[in-house]
Amino acid sequence: MELARNIIDKNGLIFAFLLVGLMMLLSYGLSRYVFRGKIPGVAIAILGALCLAFLGGEKGLGDYPVFAGLAFLGGSMFRDFAVVATAMGADMAQIKKAGKAGAISLFVGVLVSFTAGVAAALALGYTDAVDLATIGAGACTYIVGPVTGSALGATSEVLAISIAAGVVKTILVTIVTPLIAGRIGLNNPHSAMVFGGLGGTTSGVVAGLAATDPKLVPYGALTATFYTGLGCLLCPSVFFLILRALMGS
Amino acid sequence: MKIYGVALLCACFLTGKYLGRLLGQWIGLDGDIGGVGFAMLLLMLASAYLRKKQWLARESEAGIWFWSSMYIPIIVAMAATLNVKAAFEGGWVALLAGGAATFAGLLLVPLLAKIGKDADPDNKP
Repeated sequence: MELARNIIDKNGLIFAFLLVGLMMLLSYGLSRYVFRGKIPGVAIAILGALCLAFLGGEKGLGDYPVFAGLAFLGGSMFRDFAVVATAMGADMAQIKKAGKAGAISLFVGVLVSFTAGVAAALALGYTDAVDLATIGAGACTYIVGPVTGSALGATSEVLAISIAAGVVKTILVTIVTPLIAGRIGLNNPHSAMVFGGLGGTTSGVVAGLAATDPKLVPYGALTATFYTGLGCLLCPSVFFLILRALMGS
Repeated sequence: MKIYGVALLCACFLTGKYLGRLLGQWIGLDGDIGGVGFAMLLLMLASAYLRKKQWLARESEAGIWFWSSMYIPIIVAMAATLNVKAAFEGGWVALLAGGAATFAGLLLVPLLAKIGKDADPDNKP
């Protein structure tokens, strides 16, 4: 036992990769066999991880020395690095293909989500511009939230709320999309691209479209891939500055 | 070689972070403003340019794709190391913020799809 502990302590990051791999396996298994694909594996994995973090304190599971590697893997360096790499999924030629509709929906989508998130936070008593911007960014996606929050120096508590908001959105988009697709005219590639830009959460958009009509998936994913990048660009800069000016601080 | 792709990713990442800090400094904030976004734009521009010049081999791209596919596991690791206990008191904020954003977005789909269609010559009636 002592020996195993020693190996884990010395190879924390490797142990973290193993842990996350097992968590993903379990989550995707649950998604497929228990929830029959109704809830995406990603959402289950993230919710599960948030539940596990509940067992720890300020750094979640990372508070336990055994899981120190997990805190490093989930730290800002690896996170930002991997998020930047996702830009490969979307090149300039595709921006043109997505066209005007997709581009407009992307900007409107980020703005609307941010505004809705800020409004919700304001309604529940948050007044600090950094907190508001972080929660508003979290309402865009669970990546924009923490990227914005750590850039602005938000507390871990607010970061967690912003991620939770993003996770709520991912799950809601997944569940609600097939239910209201007919009513919002989501039955052709054109509206699917607009939907991807407005929804933004890639996993939610893809899972929601797959449940609606698998043929629409690539069109929604096409615009959704740009959403997080645009959100990471706009939320901590333009939107935050406007918000701070409006809050008068 | 895969490392070429990873190195390109690193170059874009660090340059983007630098631009983000620079913008932060310029605006007067001690922080990184849109660094990740700049890095993503740089990576898109650089990879598009290199592909056009045929300097980006499939094998090099695979190095970037690997890290691209790691973002969800990394986000899971991050979620497991957050101060969730403290966030639990703000649970309603998360629910309300996420819910409001979702429904506002979904309700705008028919409206924006119409605007887009007018702008798209292929879809004109």
